[in-house]
Amino acid sequence: MSAAAMLSVRNLSIMFGGVHAVEDVSFDVNPGEVFAIIGPNGAGKSTIFNLISRLYEPCSGTIHYGDHDLLELPAHKIVRTGIARTFQNIELFEQATVLQNLLVGRHRHMSANPLTALAFLPSVRKSELEHRRKVEDVIDLLDIAQYRDERIADLPYGARKNVELARALCAEPTLLLLDEPASGLSSEESDDVGFWLEDIKHDLGVTLVMVEHDMNLVGSIADRVMAINDGRLIAIGTPDEIRDNQEVQQAYLGVSA
Amino acid sequence: MQVLFKTCYEDDIRFLAKTGEKVRVGLVIAALLAAPLWLQNYYLAELGLLLVYAIAGIGLMILTGYTGQVSFGHAAFLGIGAYCHSILISHGVPFSVSVILTTAFSAAIGMALGRSASRMHGFYLAIATLAFLILVETLLGEWTSMTGGYAGLKVPALVVFGMPLKAVWQQYYLDLFFVLIVVMAAANLFRTSTGRSFLAVRDSELSARSLGVNVEWVKIQSFGVSAAITGLAGVLLAHHLHYLSPEVFNVLESLKLMLMIVVGGLGSILGAIFGAILISLLPISISFLKDVLPPGIGQQAGLEPLLFGLIIVLFIVFEPLGIYGRWMKLRYFFETFPYCRKSSFVRQKSYLRTERLR
Repeated sequence: MSAAAMLSVRNLSIMFGGVHAVEDVSFDVNPGEVFAIIGPNGAGKSTIFNLISRLYEPCSGTIHYGDHDLLELPAHKIVRTGIARTFQNIELFEQATVLQNLLVGRHRHMSANPLTALAFLPSVRKSELEHRRKVEDVIDLLDIAQYRDERIADLPYGARKNVELARALCAEPTLLLLDEPASGLSSEESDDVGFWLEDIKHDLGVTLVMVEHDMNLVGSIADRVMAINDGRLIAIGTPDEIRDNQEVQQAYLGVSA
Repeated sequence: MQVLFKTCYEDDIRFLAKTGEKVRVGLVIAALLAAPLWLQNYYLAELGLLLVYAIAGIGLMILTGYTGQVSFGHAAFLGIGAYCHSILISHGVPFSVSVILTTAFSAAIGMALGRSASRMHGFYLAIATLAFLILVETLLGEWTSMTGGYAGLKVPALVVFGMPLKAVWQQYYLDLFFVLIVVMAAANLFRTSTGRSFLAVRDSELSARSLGVNVEWVKIQSFGVSAAITGLAGVLLAHHLHYLSPEVFNVLESLKLMLMIVVGGLGSILGAIFGAILISLLPISISFLKDVLPPGIGQQAGLEPLLFGLIIVLFIVFEPLGIYGRWMKLRYFFETFPYCRKSSFVRQKSYLRTERLR
């Protein structure tokens, strides 16, 4: 595929016990596009995300992001290459406030030294204020100012989804992996997510890769769609091509169309 | 109710935002500073000991309450601090130098323990820290040439910057000085990215990692800071005990520290202080109780552990957030009077976290 690909995954495989969760999957994500991954439950969509963010160790294959060979990096260094992610089952810091959560999102850009922290040197104060400003930009963008000082444990589900997206944006990623951004949201909330993702793509220039079941959302914002089933790639194409693809229909409906 | 109108980001960094908080903290500090004027020597010494336990509690709170790493071995750091300091000053090292060296030594041991514990969770971590405690206790007992073994070690008199501090009030002010520093340092820590990375590891290692937090290193740091503060408490404790013996730093002492922070309220510095107040007041009130109760009950052996246990059970069942949680609710009640309802504190259901990675 194109040499200018941002993220390129080649022949990726992983096995859990005897099960091939992902088998020989290759794809490229181009800069500036919205790339959606669809597939029935258990197809291996989230597993691909966990492989890219290095939470799982693949059996074989390569993952390159720009000049970085991701498989050479430990999980906590992935965000430094510019890849941020959200989780399917919201992984926020429950007992902390929204603001604290978002500031952890800035961790990649902050220096953390326990000795200067204990003394709270003027340099630490300065950097705190500086990063707070960046966090406020994200708060404005996603319109979550009213939750700023709330604890996550007190927030409703939809707000948590937004906060998790905001936290990922605080890392100022160039590539954002979204694991079901619209799952569990009402159709209005899901439309909002669609608008925000468009904004994030156009205004911040972030490339998006998302796993999503909501075909309306996928159809309205995705540039390309990859369909997988049983860990294997079925097809890559525009949303319309994928919708008309026979194998995809078979995977979802289980009948030969 | 005071509505806080924030006008700059500094408002979120400041320790004490509301007027009420400033007044309360001011009053407490003033009362502590004036304590020698209105307390008898016996109670002043007890208050000094309370402050020492508050330091130890804050040490453990950073590790367990803020980083989510259970440690049943924290009495070992009290012991390491007390012994290391006593040995250093009996070899002629000045107090000020010894405090720094002991704290650093304790931090180093803590980081070494953290290094090996950084990949363990839950029960395994609890058992590992317990094993560490038994190891240290045995070492303190068997290394006779250095520690005096089970016969004990006499703690040299307290001399700070060439001034002998013999009176109870002098030692009390020394304790107070260190408490203020430690509270300040701990509060500082949790308004920086280092402190937030601790919280992150406690609440979700998975997303902490994906946001660039080096989870293993955070645990090592947390063990280090926690051990340093507990070691410092050990230094001060040595001067209260006057005579060290390995049995002082046993499993029960560790449990006492753990109880302190659980009953006080996990996840807050104030909780550690509340816990220290509780475990210091309990023996005093029990000794009062003994006189009042019929001899059949009052003179029973094991009344103290029994009451300790009972209090913990009651707290875990009725107020898992500890005394600190009670305190917050009380404050909320007065601040929003008369709008507080029972349902104000009913938590929303927490959302299932299936398919969690470990």
